[in-house]
Amino acid sequence: MKPATPGQTVGPFFGYALPYDKDSELVSRAHPGAVRLHGTVYDGAGNPIPDALLEIWQPDDTGRVVQRSGSLVRDGYTFTGWGREAVDNEGHYTFTTLNPGATEAGRAPFIAVVVLARGLMNKLHTRVYLPEDAAALAADPLLAALPEDRRRTLVATREANGDLLWDVRLQGDDETVFLSFPGA
Amino acid sequence: MKPLDDENFDDSHVVVSGAAADTQESISRQIGDIHRAYAAERAAGGPEATQPRLDFAPYRSSILRHPTKDLHHVDPETIELFSPAFGHRDVHELEADLTIQHNGEPMGERIKVTGRVLDGQGRPVRNQLVEIWQANSAGRYIHKRDQHPAPLDPNFTGVGRTLTTDDGWYEFTTIKPGPYPWKNHTNAWRPAHIHFSLFGTDFTQRMITQMYFPGDPLFGLDPIYQSITDQNARDRLVATYDHNVTTHEWATGYRWDIVLTGSNRTWMEEEDTDQ
Ligand SMILES: [Fe+2]
Repeated sequence: MKPATPGQTVGPFFGYALPYDKDSELVSRAHPGAVRLHGTVYDGAGNPIPDALLEIWQPDDTGRVVQRSGSLVRDGYTFTGWGREAVDNEGHYTFTTLNPGATEAGRAPFIAVVVLARGLMNKLHTRVYLPEDAAALAADPLLAALPEDRRRTLVATREANGDLLWDVRLQGDDETVFLSFPGA
Repeated sequence: MKPLDDENFDDSHVVVSGAAADTQESISRQIGDIHRAYAAERAAGGPEATQPRLDFAPYRSSILRHPTKDLHHVDPETIELFSPAFGHRDVHELEADLTIQHNGEPMGERIKVTGRVLDGQGRPVRNQLVEIWQANSAGRYIHKRDQHPAPLDPNFTGVGRTLTTDDGWYEFTTIKPGPYPWKNHTNAWRPAHIHFSLFGTDFTQRMITQMYFPGDPLFGLDPIYQSITDQNARDRLVATYDHNVTTHEWATGYRWDIVLTGSNRTWMEEEDTDQ
């Protein structure tokens, strides 16, 4: 194995470079299956971080991994499974997407997330799970390996209107579980 | 690119209170202490640190923004074993030339930056998105809250994109960025750099990093660069001047190869074929 090139912080000045038109709209708001995934990114003092960037990558609503171009120039019809969102001045983000399906029968559906921010030295990986399928969540290998107070940082809350609420805490008692993978 | 407005620029110069009083000597001393401790661990047989420390107090903004719990090691699952696909619908080939985005030529030293994107097994990452952004030749970003009193260049935005070739090559034509001051501590300056964003074959390989230029006198002083405690690892972020990339009467050339972490998907596919 060749050693990987080091990552570096995304810095403060990505705001004019990485965001683009409809970056966080994986589907249009008018799509019958459209769901809002939103929340706030917090630092260790509990303050919102105004200069974070999130990316999500997910299967479609049937659990299929999509390999289609068109994420950067969205045509409004093609679901590409990937999106990007710079948080606002109050640390809040919103994606418009589909509920991910289970990629295999009985598995807990989740969205893969990468977190970047000024002051954060390297990318962080995490997951946000749909809250509904209790049996699949209980059987999930990652979630099952975590104590309850850590586990819940990875499960979104379904709001009354169908929105998914999921906050990211970079540090502290409710710190989000961040992941490392083999080969990294 | 979104238009520049209050919604999408960020506060570049927020510092943790009190941090502005730090001197370079104090920051350099802290960096030196961390590096010496790492060298001692290495001498005692510890692993090579190929990535930056998440907890690196000399970069003041990291203090409240690093996880304090260990990353949880997990085997990637389906979606994480794939990356989003990008194509020519997403990226126009002219986006790889940052010097032709306006009516006139930008000021500064025209350069080519080229190299290969490889995975941990040394295989080229094909047809994948590479994004860059950078300051202009005076060290100024097109960014509302970049208040460095250096000139903006009406002919330079500093944003580029390209797709790697079948052999994993990328190439950008741009202007050599200038160093710029920041508010981490008194008289803090960033070495000249180009921000890079990369995807691999697996989402686990997602990378955001910075490319530097050889021989920069600011390397030793910069807590972002020095957050990588291992000299060999730091060297991997420095491009090489390459006269074969330099073009006659046009641009000087730099070569920089990028190695992503290992691909778990292709490992598994190889295991499958072995069976
Ligand atoms: Fe920068």
